[in-house]
Amino acid sequence: MSGTRTLVSPATLARPRGRAVYWTVFTGVVLLFALAFLFPVYWMVTGAMKSPDEVARTPPTLVPEDWRTDGYTDAWDLMDLPVHLWNTVVQAAGAWLFQLVLCTAAAYALSKLRPAFGKVILGGILATLMVPAQALVVPKYLTVADLGLLNDPLAIWLPAVANAFNLYLLKRFFDQIPKDVLEAAEMDGAGKLRILWSIVLPMSRPVLGVVSIFALVAVWQDFLWPLMVFSDTDKQPISVALVQLSQNLPLTVLIAAMVIASIPMVALFLVFQRHIIAGISAGSTKG
Amino acid sequence: MKTVEHRPAEAVGIRPVTAPPPAHGRGRRRLARQGRAYAFLVGGLVCFALFSWYPAIRAVVIAFQKYTPGSSPEWVGTANFTRVFKDPEFADAWRNTFTFTVLALLIGFAVPFVLALVLNELRHAKAFFRIVVYLPVMIPPVVSALLWKWFYDPGTGLANEALRLLHLPTSNWSNGADTALVSLVIVATWANMGGTVLIYLAALQSIPGELYEAAELDGASLLQRVRHVTIPQTRFVILMLMLLQIIATMQVFTEPFVITGGGPENSTVTVLYLIYKYAFLYNDFGGACALSVMLLLLLGLFSAVYLRLTRSDGEDA
Repeated sequence: MSGTRTLVSPATLARPRGRAVYWTVFTGVVLLFALAFLFPVYWMVTGAMKSPDEVARTPPTLVPEDWRTDGYTDAWDLMDLPVHLWNTVVQAAGAWLFQLVLCTAAAYALSKLRPAFGKVILGGILATLMVPAQALVVPKYLTVADLGLLNDPLAIWLPAVANAFNLYLLKRFFDQIPKDVLEAAEMDGAGKLRILWSIVLPMSRPVLGVVSIFALVAVWQDFLWPLMVFSDTDKQPISVALVQLSQNLPLTVLIAAMVIASIPMVALFLVFQRHIIAGISAGSTKG
Repeated sequence: MKTVEHRPAEAVGIRPVTAPPPAHGRGRRRLARQGRAYAFLVGGLVCFALFSWYPAIRAVVIAFQKYTPGSSPEWVGTANFTRVFKDPEFADAWRNTFTFTVLALLIGFAVPFVLALVLNELRHAKAFFRIVVYLPVMIPPVVSALLWKWFYDPGTGLANEALRLLHLPTSNWSNGADTALVSLVIVATWANMGGTVLIYLAALQSIPGELYEAAELDGASLLQRVRHVTIPQTRFVILMLMLLQIIATMQVFTEPFVITGGGPENSTVTVLYLIYKYAFLYNDFGGACALSVMLLLLLGLFSAVYLRLTRSDGEDA
């Protein structure tokens, strides 16, 4: 990377004055990032460790006087966090599984099996990209209600499959798999399912990873849709429960619950950050 | 792809084991092949039909009906539209949504672009910057909203504390009718900026270095280089992200719902929020669908432009 020329030339940077400016800007950006992005997170994590008096104090304390953990334990018990976290995990995992199985199968069919009206179907799927999801929540809600799926995780799982973006991503990837490879397998007597399972899928690991992360994050972060379909408190995912209960909780307990709700996705990000960042960056150059 | 279809004899020859008797072979084989293809397709197809295609049609139908779940719907012509138009909140919601979109575009475009521009020049701690800027995106939006609601708290909030520290007058932030919308735009920008910055960064990295070199030889200053090299070279990505952002911010819901509840004085009610209210507070699904259709048409227009651009320009770019 250091070899590529950017806005400022390497020659300018090599000069003493250029170097001084560079390090000033660098320090400024580090401070800005720390203040803008890390400090709010620090404030949240430590806010939950303060006592109820301390958290309401002005001016606030930068570091908790004594690092208490009862905010976290209270949140865990008072808010039924295990229930809501489990609901979220079930909803996210199910949506991921349904999407992976049904979208992959459909993308494979559209890409390699030449179904009749395949072009029309693909057109219909791509057309839904033009229809912003949120604008259709009310009729979607009514359909889910008619099917008797309210307060059922299927209300998350099945609509998640209707994800044109992920399906198209998969199809485009499958399109690139050379035909000869599949034909060779067919000559050896492998069925379509066998070909999908032992040839197409292993070759598609990168795209499956991207789709998996998108699927999990989308469900974990969603708010409006689960707010509509889960009126039952026991069934609500963590995002809905947090908002519903936020009015009646002591501040430290609420903040602790917020931290706990953020941990899974932040952890996922830190583990897979390289893939996630590469995936997002690749999306742009592809155009 | 077509060659196999036109030479069935060869295809049969390849698989002698499964080849049916030649008389009806072709038709039956094709039928079996279609059956297999649709077996793979059907699950996804049913989901799209039920949760994408049908709701889109249904929104239009219910917009002209009096609809109460459980009882049979009645046709009411354009009554839903006229009722919604007369609602004083209707104008508020559209005005707020447009203001929010424009503000988000101004702040949400300029800040990430400048940030990406600066980050692209830094040669150290690259991974650190990328992780940190993307961190808020991974925090659930509900948590971001609640966190900023706490920051904006007039008593114990960090926002006013920061102003006091700098000896500046304090603000009502999300609790004041004229500052609430801007406060929400700040939250949305903070929470969503990471993705935009990363995409701009990728676009900046694809600019050939020779262009800068040539510009510098011609005596172009730093700002001139930004204006005549960087911006023209990334024009396509900039336009894409702007359109995507318009589409996303026109559907804003979580921030006003969690932080302000649409208040104070309806200053943060958005169109999607109003749709939610019509459906779940007024139990008026006809009105909710009438509003949805309006939002759909407007956003559909933006989406169509977006898809056109990505298709045509993307290919030869």
